[in-house]
This record gives sequence, C-alpha cells and structure tokens, in this order.
Amino acid sequence: MALDLPTAFRIRDIRDESPTVRTFALDGAIQAEPGQFVMVWLPRVNEKPFSLVDDAPITLTIARVGPFTEAAHHLRVGDRLWLRGPYGRGFDRLARPAVLVAGGYGAAPLAFLARRLRAEGVQVSVALGAKRACDLVLMDRFRDAGCSVHPATEDGSLGHKGLATDVAARLLDANPDAALYACGPEAMLERLARLCSERGMPVQFSMERMMKCGLGVCGSCDHHGLLVCRDGPVFSADQVLGARENSPSPCGQQ
Amino acid sequence: MTAPDLSVSLCGVRLANPLVLASGILGTSAELLERVARCGAGAVTSKSCGPTPRTGHPNPTVLDWGHGLINAVGLSNPGADEEVRILRDAKARLAPLGVPLVASIFAETVQGFGEVARKVAEAAPDFIEVNISCPNVEAEFGRPFAADARDAAAVTAAVRRAVSLPIIVKLSPNVPDIAAIARAVEAEGADAIAAINTLGPGMVIDTDSGKPILANRTGGVSGPAIRPIAVRCVYDVSRAVRVPIIGIGGIMSGRDAVEMIMAGATAVGIGSAVYYRGPEVFAAVREELRGFMETHGYADISQMRGLAHGA
Ligand SMILES: Cc1cc2nc3c(=O)[nH]c(=O)nc-3n(C[C@H](O)[C@H](O)[C@H](O)COP(=O)(O)OP(=O)(O)OC[C@H]3O[C@@H](n4cnc5c(N)ncnc54)[C@H](O)[C@@H]3O)c2cc1C
Ligand SMILES: Cc1cc2nc3c(=O)[nH]c(=O)nc-3n(C[C@H](O)[C@H](O)[C@H](O)COP(=O)(O)O)c2cc1C
Ligand code: FES
Repeated sequence: MALDLPTAFRIRDIRDESPTVRTFALDGAIQAEPGQFVMVWLPRVNEKPFSLVDDAPITLTIARVGPFTEAAHHLRVGDRLWLRGPYGRGFDRLARPAVLVAGGYGAAPLAFLARRLRAEGVQVSVALGAKRACDLVLMDRFRDAGCSVHPATEDGSLGHKGLATDVAARLLDANPDAALYACGPEAMLERLARLCSERGMPVQFSMERMMKCGLGVCGSCDHHGLLVCRDGPVFSADQVLGARENSPSPCGQQ
Repeated sequence: MTAPDLSVSLCGVRLANPLVLASGILGTSAELLERVARCGAGAVTSKSCGPTPRTGHPNPTVLDWGHGLINAVGLSNPGADEEVRILRDAKARLAPLGVPLVASIFAETVQGFGEVARKVAEAAPDFIEVNISCPNVEAEFGRPFAADARDAAAVTAAVRRAVSLPIIVKLSPNVPDIAAIARAVEAEGADAIAAINTLGPGMVIDTDSGKPILANRTGGVSGPAIRPIAVRCVYDVSRAVRVPIIGIGGIMSGRDAVEMIMAGATAVGIGSAVYYRGPEVFAAVREELRGFMETHGYADISQMRGLAHGA
C-alpha cells in the first residue's frame, strides 16, 4: 500500500537520540523496503524527504538542521504529521555477511536494513560514526536487532577515535566476503567506494539530493542523469561512478 | 507491407518519431535531456527558463491526486545565463543521437520574452518554445499572456523580432476560445503551436487539516484526466491555423498518441506519463504507435493526421 497524497498519522512516541536528533514512532504502518523514503508534510511549513527507520510502526529519525526539521522537533506525542510514499529503490539485500557504515543520521535507513537482514539470518556488523559519543544515533536499535556495533567518535569519547571509515576498513579486512551498505556524508561514501573497489567488494549507498516531487518528474534530484528519488536513493558505487564518467546512460533504472 | 515510417518533419526539422518530452519534466539538466533522448524521444524540451534564477514555490509542489498530477513548481530555473551553458551541453550530447532540442522560455514582460529568447538562442537549440501559459505564477506575474489574444500576439512578435530560430508558442487550455489565440500567434510569426499547458488551476485540500496541500494552494492539472480536453483543444487549433501542432496533455500510450495525431497534431508531447511509466515511456509509446500503424496499415504519420476532421 503506497500513499499518493499526504496522509495524517499521530505521533505515538518520541525519543531523543542526541542533542539534535530525534526519533518519532507513528500510530500506523506502511509496507516499505529498507532504503526507501517518505515525503513528510507539515501544513503551512514544507514537505521534505526522510528515510524510514521502520515501516511498522512508521518510524522516522530527524536531525534538526533548518526550518522544517526545527518545526518537526517542536511536535509532541499526540500531534499529527503527514506523509506520502514510500518512494524510491531501497537496498538489494545480498546473502553475505553485511558491513553497515553510518555517518550521523545516515544510521536511519541502515537501522531498518539491519533489522531485515538479521531477520533473514544475515550476520551484521555496524560502524557507527559521529563527532562525540552523545551524537551517536540509533545505537540501541542496531544492538537490539543483534548486530555487532562498532562506534567511532572524532573526539574519542566512545569507541574508536577517528572516522567510521577507519572502522569500516578493519571490518572489511576481517570479512573478505562481506557486502557493504552505507549512508552518510558524501565524502564518507567516496572513501568507502574506494575501499570496496580496492577489495572488489559490492557496495551500495543511499544518497541525498534536494527533492521537490519525489515522483521522478521534476528533475530537481538529478545526479548526472540519475534521479535520486526514483532510480535511488540507494545506488551501487558502480552506478554512481558510471553516471559521473558519463558512460552512455541506459534508458531505465540505471 | 513495408515497416511504417514514424518520422515527422516539424518546421523542417526531422524527428525520428513524433514523441516530444514536454517542458518541465526531467528537462533540468543536459544529462537528463540526454537520458530521455536515449529512452526514445523524438525531441526533448528543456524546463522553462526565465531571465533570472528562481527557486520556485516551497513544497509540496507536485502531487498524484488519483487521476493525474497537480503541480505548482513555480518556474524554478537557473536563469538565462546558466541555461545557455546547460543547453549548449545538451545540444552537444543530443547531436550524435539526432534528437532535436527545444528550449523553453518564459518572462514577466513582453520585452523580457525577447531578451530571454535572444540569450537562449546563443546555445543554438533547434526550436524556441515560448511558454505563455504557466498557471502557477499568477499571484506574482498576473494573468498568463495566453489568456488574451493581444498579449499572446505581442509576446510572439517580440520573440519573432529577437530570433530567427523556429518558434513554438505554447497555449493554455484555460480560455474560452483557444482557436482565437492560436490565430493571433500564427499571424505574428509563430512557426508551430504547442497545446496544451496544464489545466486549471486546480486545488486539492487535505481533509484532516482542512488545508490546501500545495504550498501555492493551487496548481496546474495534468495527466490522463485532461486528455479529452487536450484532444479537443488540438482539434480546435488545427481547424484555425496552418502551422504544425505539438499535441500535449494526458498522453499515456501509443493509442493516445494516435488520437492526438488524428485530432490534427504533427508531434505529441509526453509529460506526466513519465511518472506513471518511467522514462522508458518514450520507447514504449513509440513501439505501441508502430504496432498500431502496422495493424491498421498506415505507412506514415501524415496518413493519420487530422483524420478526425473528415466528414
Ligand atoms: C532520500 C533522503 C532521505 C533522507 N533521510 C533523512 C533522515 O532519515 N533523517 C534526516 O534527518 N534527514 C534526512 N534527509 C535530509 C532531510 O530531508 C533534510 O535535512 C531536510 O530536508 C532539511 O530541511 P530543513 O528545512 O530543516 O533544512 P534546510 O534549511 O532545508 O537545510 C539545511 C541544510 O541541509 C541541506 N539540505 C537540505 N535538504 C537536503 C537534501 N535533500 N540533500 C542534501 N542536502 C540537503 C541544505 O542545503 C542546508 O545546508 C533525507 C534526504 C533525502 C533526500
Ligand atoms: C511537474 C510539471 C512541471 C511543468 N513545468 C512546465 C514548464 O516549466 N513549462 C511548460 O511550458 N510546461 C510545464 N508543464 C506542463 C507540461 O509541459 C504539459 O504541458 C502538461 O503537463 C500536460 O501534459 P501531460 O498531461 O502529458 O503532463 C509542467 C508539468 C508538470 C507536471
Ligand atoms: S524529486 Fe522530482 S524528480 Fe526527483
């Protein structure tokens, strides 16, 4: 069941993940694949894309970065928000051990993925990166799903002192037949793509672009001819590199 | 029987098939225009560009309301200078594919249309399409130029003076007599007419909040629901003028394209169907069109054109 028009849900639970990130559980469910996103509407404010952290109940993790997310953080339990979707292409779940790498709120789609992978009996290791220990988000969800969680903080306040990509390199060396799934800042994704191509490992990541329609018509989420809302937001590293180097784009989902 | 010939000539420019990407759908970058060309379009139209950059309206801007789309994107565009760069890049990518480029423009004033046309012509597109029919900026720009025969004529004349490229003028269905507008722009030198832009404006209200959903409150209606109106508009325009018509509005299938051609269109625009069937829609509709022609024994597009006008 996909929602074409924004549909109202009530907030059933709110949880502070960090000083700037909050998780909202809603009073309803939709059917979605990990990596898919919804367009969240607050009347008279705006409508913006957010990854699903879970589909039953619908769960969103929202980082406060500007006017819309600020308004979302003012919502209380019992308030309503509206959403349409789910949209886009999620992660292809491969039958190999999984290494998940999350930077900041990039943990959102990966928490959903981790739960599904674990339910399918896949072994999951997670490299979770943030500036400080208090900025690490959704760590409990990964733990509760049965993942081995490896935090990395830039100030060394928890786990590895440094970047999630350092931890990822170690996890990849320890699991040579693993597949990598990532979401976070693009500099992190670039670095991971390199790590994986050196090792000949499959890698998929979820990308962000400005979105208007979410429907694959307005063109605002263009990334070198790829539509992040429709062809993505999850891409293989090869797709993104291919589009950038402008190897003639095939017609459909690239 | 030999294979049907799908090619058409629009103002002397050859299109390998009559299907044209409509303005505002995926026409925001050279790479996307190239992709749609590779997907089988006979020609592609860029998103309408104005004199200066505009961010457009806040979200929500586009919705699937159940029987079509409604949009108030609000003419977001990078401005004419940046657009020239995009169009040059697009032209270079399209040339080896043999797919012509239509550059769509808009402005707030008659004089502005001439200036944007002159600027955009630097990129040497194959056509300039003059969008006088966007319903989503009325609050800012006032009534669209397409609503009045004299205004429409004045814009056409200004663009005609500015450029020697073939000019397509895009009309609005939201008028009592579209044929009169078509005659007026033909008289001022329009080389072709595109019809129709979106219908309305319309409104969709969320019944939980009691608020219109689009941030602009109203938006232009497109997609399958407007096809009968688009077909009637093209039929009326083709009785009134001799210049070729790009028939646009609700085309989803080869059968729909045939219907538009029988109403009098030389080429057929596809917009919202990209949402329903993906960018692959162009090759799919092309093959459905070919199949129809084979089944019914049509050798080329001109044999079907305007059939609805017969006795
Ligand atoms: C597919 C997808 C999934 C997303 N999932 C989540 C999620 O699970 N949790 C979450 O907190 N956020 C997510 N985002 C990002 C979220 O949509 C933006 O942070 C939000 O729109 C910001 O709105 P704002 O009005 O608060 O801030 P704005 O003032 O609009 O933005 C603040 C800053 O973020 C940048 N920005 C805004 N939107 C985007 C975007 N779409 N892509 C890249 N940069 C952007 C702006 O340029 C600006 O620098 C996702 C984005 C996409 C495209
Ligand atoms: C999201 C969206 C954006 C549009 N933007 C433009 C535009 O910038 N310029 C224009 O002339 N028409 C624009 N249109 C109108 C289309 O080009 C077309 O005339 C109309 O949608 C009817 O065709 P369709 O039913 O195939 O979509 C837009 C339509 C949509 C749906
Ligand atoms: S957001 Fe409109 S095409 Fe992707």
